[in-house]
Amino acid sequence: MSNLRSLSFDAIIIGGGGAGMRAALELAKSGKKTAVLSKVFPTRSHTVSAQGGITCAIASSDPDDDWRWHMYDTVKGGDYIADQDAAEYMCSEGPKAVFELEHMGLPFSRFDNGRIYQRPFGGQSKNFGEGGQAARTCAAADRTGHALLHTLYQNNLKNNTTFLNEWYAVDLVKNANGDVVGCIAMDIETGEVVHVKSKATVLATGGAGRIYASTTNALINTGDGIGMALRAGFPMQDMEMWQFHPTGIYGAGTLVTEGCRGEGGYLINKDGERFMERYAPNAKDLAGRDVVARSMVMEILEGRGCGEHGDHVFLKLDHLGDDVLGKRLPGIVELSKTFAHVDPASEPIPVVPTCHYMMGGIPTNVHGQAIMQDGDGKDRIVNGLFACGEAACVSVHGANRLGGNSLLDLVVFGRAAGMFIEGALNEGVDYLDASESDIATAMKRMSRWNESGDGESVPALKRELQAIMQNSFGVFREEENMQKGVRQLEELRARIGNAYLPDKSNAFNTARVEALELDNLMEVAEATAIAALDRKESRGAHSRYDYPDRDDVNWLKHSLYFPLEKRVGKRDVNFAPKTVDTFEPKIRTY
Amino acid sequence: MSTLQVSIYRYNPETDSAPYMQEFQVDTHGRDLMVLDVLHLMKEQDSGLAFRRSCREGVCGSDGMNMNGKNGLGCITPLSEVVKGNKLVLRPLPGLPVIRDLVVDMGLFYKQYERIQPYLLNSDPEPAIERLQSPEDRDKLDGLYECILCACCSTACPSFWWNPEKFVGPAGLLQSYRFLADSRDTATAERLAALEDPFSVFRCRGIMNCVAVCPKGLNPTRAIGKIREMLLADAT
Amino acid sequence: MVTNITSFGRSGLSDWLIQRASAIVLALYTFFIVAYLLLNPNLDYMTWHGLFAQTWMRIFSLLAFVSLAAHAWIGLWTVTTDYLKGTAIRVGVQTFIILAIFVFLVWGIQVLWGA
Repeated sequence: MSNLRSLSFDAIIIGGGGAGMRAALELAKSGKKTAVLSKVFPTRSHTVSAQGGITCAIASSDPDDDWRWHMYDTVKGGDYIADQDAAEYMCSEGPKAVFELEHMGLPFSRFDNGRIYQRPFGGQSKNFGEGGQAARTCAAADRTGHALLHTLYQNNLKNNTTFLNEWYAVDLVKNANGDVVGCIAMDIETGEVVHVKSKATVLATGGAGRIYASTTNALINTGDGIGMALRAGFPMQDMEMWQFHPTGIYGAGTLVTEGCRGEGGYLINKDGERFMERYAPNAKDLAGRDVVARSMVMEILEGRGCGEHGDHVFLKLDHLGDDVLGKRLPGIVELSKTFAHVDPASEPIPVVPTCHYMMGGIPTNVHGQAIMQDGDGKDRIVNGLFACGEAACVSVHGANRLGGNSLLDLVVFGRAAGMFIEGALNEGVDYLDASESDIATAMKRMSRWNESGDGESVPALKRELQAIMQNSFGVFREEENMQKGVRQLEELRARIGNAYLPDKSNAFNTARVEALELDNLMEVAEATAIAALDRKESRGAHSRYDYPDRDDVNWLKHSLYFPLEKRVGKRDVNFAPKTVDTFEPKIRTY
Repeated sequence: MSTLQVSIYRYNPETDSAPYMQEFQVDTHGRDLMVLDVLHLMKEQDSGLAFRRSCREGVCGSDGMNMNGKNGLGCITPLSEVVKGNKLVLRPLPGLPVIRDLVVDMGLFYKQYERIQPYLLNSDPEPAIERLQSPEDRDKLDGLYECILCACCSTACPSFWWNPEKFVGPAGLLQSYRFLADSRDTATAERLAALEDPFSVFRCRGIMNCVAVCPKGLNPTRAIGKIREMLLADAT
Repeated sequence: MVTNITSFGRSGLSDWLIQRASAIVLALYTFFIVAYLLLNPNLDYMTWHGLFAQTWMRIFSLLAFVSLAAHAWIGLWTVTTDYLKGTAIRVGVQTFIILAIFVFLVWGIQVLWGA
């Protein structure tokens, strides 16, 4: 192993999406020796696909808006297992983070008075649910993620951040004390494998929607950070919580922003009925995403679905007029024409709930420090390991994320992690170096693929994995089917362990990257499946036929999945915000 | 016919002394797939086939390539739009060094992007809230900020082929104008000063290949014209 | 910033402006000559000579010659920098072009004012 070249950094950020680049920006300004390591050129990261906006109480559309109202919505939207100290931090720090983005040049749409345009999104209210629908989502037309990601990349260029573009992180390197002291990474262009030493390793690797057959996620969303952390033995939190976005384009899976409904669009069934009026009489189409997605599936199951097979519903936008479509939703018009062959100005868009977002992930505190549990079930910080963005579970989203909160999560906690790491580095960080055998452990998986001589192919196994997840862990779940899914995954894991990488070449070998990604998909899928089977209630995005009700007595808790024992434990939800009164769990209606 | 004839540019620096075209038969089952879907089917036949892809919906800009002679994004180009006579010829974006198969070295393209200082420069102190901008001023950024850096335009531009080190190229110039047009940017004079040489902007000869191929429907030629106007107004 | 010492005005903007201004002059001159020839179908030497004996015509022609020289230099300089990547050959060809243009210009002036 000593033949591996090594690179040394104060901090290495794995992932070049919104969270990673926001953290990097903070560290680049501090003058620390940092690098962003990304498997794609940063502007190809999945943040670019975010459409509708970034939800934040900047008091633009409503001068009286209050971040506490936003916090209330977030906690309620998360079905009360969002950590209230974290939600408090995100909602109160949010305006600062959004104004910073604007100062960096993000081309937000504007109101006539010159302030940032805000649109209504699902689950938003004024005055703690008493004051009707709020409009709190700051938008750059329907391309907010693109605008945000490019702005962050541009400002990283301005601040001379070091980028290791098209490098793939393979596994974490732990020292003898269990501290994370770097990672093994591969330069995709040359195939060179390098030992990256670092005092702080930030996993900003995004989500893993590709565990499902139908997803709005980019092809690169394979849960690499989650996989790395699980293989290193660290626990994952709330992995059963997967958001199904109500409006993925039927067949293609591409996302249609909730902003469409925010601007006045609504869902109809085959009879042309605006069915959300029945399920959520007040918020209607702007209820929480989990509520809308379930309602759509109910319509379909009860025979009121649209199309030849009655397996989708329609999103109606034609009444909005050319001005709204052209000014506020131009990207949606483009996507609908390309992927649904429909012009939303005249026809409704066929949509279906589609896997969209992973609420769970690496448990962290508000500083991005990864958390594990000691023998007594108490929280313990993992030295050297940080996470932010979708890969992390702070947890601000609880059991269901509100639209527009993901972009806010990225910038608030990316920034927080960067600031904290800067402080920690200033105080001095000194961990034991990794030994040869520590590095060898981290190299094991890479070597396994490189030495594989015969076996099943990666794409076929990936399809199988996606089908299992789609069939057993979808919008509605049920014990027997999930047990079957868990068994199938167990069997699949063994087969993936013997799968074959035919192409062993070095230069830009995408087959090797896809093989390594498959291992990560497997880790995420299994964590999801076992955690889902364990949570015997329905909460947020986790809906079970056999346990249809929320069970606050037993399950007002985070689940914590321990990969080594494949066991699910529990972790307390934080109900102690610092500056506001606790939001006590209530029945969640819209 | 549901079997598509695909001819694709292959080059693996480790095994091939020179690039060559390889023939594939791809069963599309009669569906009007996107070119990227076809590439995935081909990769199942030969896992060594290398190409970039990420969002698969035309917003990340990874899979710019040359399809039957025209640059575009594989993920949003349906076969019905490019295939003629059941034949599809796929090549890497022209004019950039090939790393492997359809993967090109985008270094020069990114260098030109970085050269135009693609970030807001404002020397005024930051206000406590956002900087105000009227909707009319914001409208001026439409058609500019949407660029996805896919390089379809610059690699279709003969002026960029001949002078990739000196001519900024349509993508970089579109972004240059995006900041020149931003009412919040205060560095107009220095931005213009960096562009007045005979190459950076003026090597554009109005060929308009960039406009013809832009998968986002943007118009770099118009932006270049606006930069020229600004330079003229500034210098006369 | 990209610098270049062999371009006409040392600035892309002035080259670009001169290219367009000279194009207008050349277009007007061409239009005038063509119209003159069409309006004088039985043109003889004396009439033709008489035209060029007038000061305004000489100034107009000189302007056209100078425009042609500038226009040609800027255009050909662009072509050489596009296609000739070897420095020696590019400078060689550029030198030849500039000499040729100079010769043609001086010769043209001589023709115009000489006789």
